[in-house]
Amino acid sequence: MTNPDPISTGPAIAAGPWEALGGTRSYPTVAGGSVRSSVPVGAAYAPGSPLDWAESLVAGTVVLDERVAPNAPWSAVVRTGQVLTIVDVGGNQSADCLLYSAADPEERYSVPDTLAWQGNAYVRTGTVLRSSEGRPMATVVANEIDRQDTIGGACSKESNTLRYGHHVMFHHGCRENFLAEASRHGLGVRDLVSNLNWFMNVPVEADGALGIVDGLSAPGKRVAFRAEMDVLVIVSNCPQMNNPCNDFNPTPLRMIIVETA
Amino acid sequence: MTMAGQTRGAAPRDEHLTDSVLHARADARAQGGQTSPWMPYLPASSSPFCPPGVDPATLIWAETVAPGGYTHKVIAAGTRLRFDDPTGDACAHLLVYNAAEPVERLNVADTQKIPWQAYLGAGHPLLSGDGRVLATITADSSGHHDAFCGTSTDAFNLHKYGDARPEGPAPSGRGLFVKAAAKHGLSRRDLPPSVSYFQGVRVGADGALEWLGSAGAGTHVELVAELALLVLVANVAHPLDPRPDYVVGPLRVHAWRGAPTGPGDERFAATPELHRAYLNTVDYREARGQ
Repeated sequence: MTNPDPISTGPAIAAGPWEALGGTRSYPTVAGGSVRSSVPVGAAYAPGSPLDWAESLVAGTVVLDERVAPNAPWSAVVRTGQVLTIVDVGGNQSADCLLYSAADPEERYSVPDTLAWQGNAYVRTGTVLRSSEGRPMATVVANEIDRQDTIGGACSKESNTLRYGHHVMFHHGCRENFLAEASRHGLGVRDLVSNLNWFMNVPVEADGALGIVDGLSAPGKRVAFRAEMDVLVIVSNCPQMNNPCNDFNPTPLRMIIVETA
Repeated sequence: MTMAGQTRGAAPRDEHLTDSVLHARADARAQGGQTSPWMPYLPASSSPFCPPGVDPATLIWAETVAPGGYTHKVIAAGTRLRFDDPTGDACAHLLVYNAAEPVERLNVADTQKIPWQAYLGAGHPLLSGDGRVLATITADSSGHHDAFCGTSTDAFNLHKYGDARPEGPAPSGRGLFVKAAAKHGLSRRDLPPSVSYFQGVRVGADGALEWLGSAGAGTHVELVAELALLVLVANVAHPLDPRPDYVVGPLRVHAWRGAPTGPGDERFAATPELHRAYLNTVDYREARGQ
């Protein structure tokens, strides 16, 4: 892993008067330069945030190893038998995740099928991630936090208005990332369903109270799942800045696919 | 009154004189006017089961859905929709879509997350993924519902019952939803996770999904459509139903004219999240002229 880390010190959302004043700030660009802009770009991690890039959680030949910048989408096909490790590089960074059968994307990840088959509301090692047809898409083979979430869904510009108010309508959201990345694979809004949230913590209390609370993860914590069919994995590196799902400090992710022996 | 499908001693072949078009027409027409335990009632105002306090003249939908059956309808904004479980064994699996733009549809995650509450009950909104309320639960005498397990798939019912054919003895909810959706030009792509009424599930401390089951015979749930909705209903055994047999009772569906939730309703501003959700919904409806 030698690629540079281009987006490490973005400004915080709504952090300064420059937005209202129409002023500009300097942002690093994908091309490696910088641009001054008045766009209220979402936050990225604060300078000095501890980062642990870790390595694959499962031994094997690396077939893909990529970094996902804060706030950005990502996708790749994980072939049957291959294992994808997701590294929570900065700790408590939600990786919102959807799975599609690469052969027939009408078959896709299903929260209720996953939960009903295992009889449990949380995702842990051994959880079989099932499709809308009830078939195994992937199996969680290793997991370094107590439990993973698949109840909390994805944030969106629209649902942010309900949860926090209309003043955050301009914020980026996971649904935006899902739509953008899905469109690269011929998929669209019809194909977005309830998702996984790696490294996010959503307890359900005895009276049914449910919500996103402080995370159980830490820099370098990982989860790994083995594909049981060829799966298209779409991830949104969550840009949310209004609840603790990213510890109010969106950080990068590392995605490593290995071919096991 | 003759019950359709009832055995009357003779083989069906022997009961029909159909050797010419005129005979066949007479035979077919002679079958009209019968009733069955599960059927739509037309006009809706003729329903034998009109809910108490409802003027039958305002009914726009009246039906008893067979065990293992499904139904679907497009209803106007403001419509009141009531499900009755007369036997305690119904399980009403529900999907709702914005009829004007069906890409806007039930989002179970937002439906649980935004009210900060996993269990459905009176006052709970059914939210879309677009920050709007598709429907609100306005009354609930059961309290035993589920938003975790969705409905059954063919794979699940084959695993549990050895059969999942939609025309067979153990149809899956998804198999029925596929057909209901297809009748509105929608496909498997358009079937997100669903919710279900009348068979409850609770989450234990370790996350275990615990079967609560039915609240008994004679309960009902009532909703109000906040937008013009496409409603899909499958009445099938809940995936967590512990009984080895496939047991599901008939489901009654009634709907009548009404008004969507507005600023004059207490629930309009019951919580800050609901208030903004209703504001978004009213904003959309007014822009569309609904």
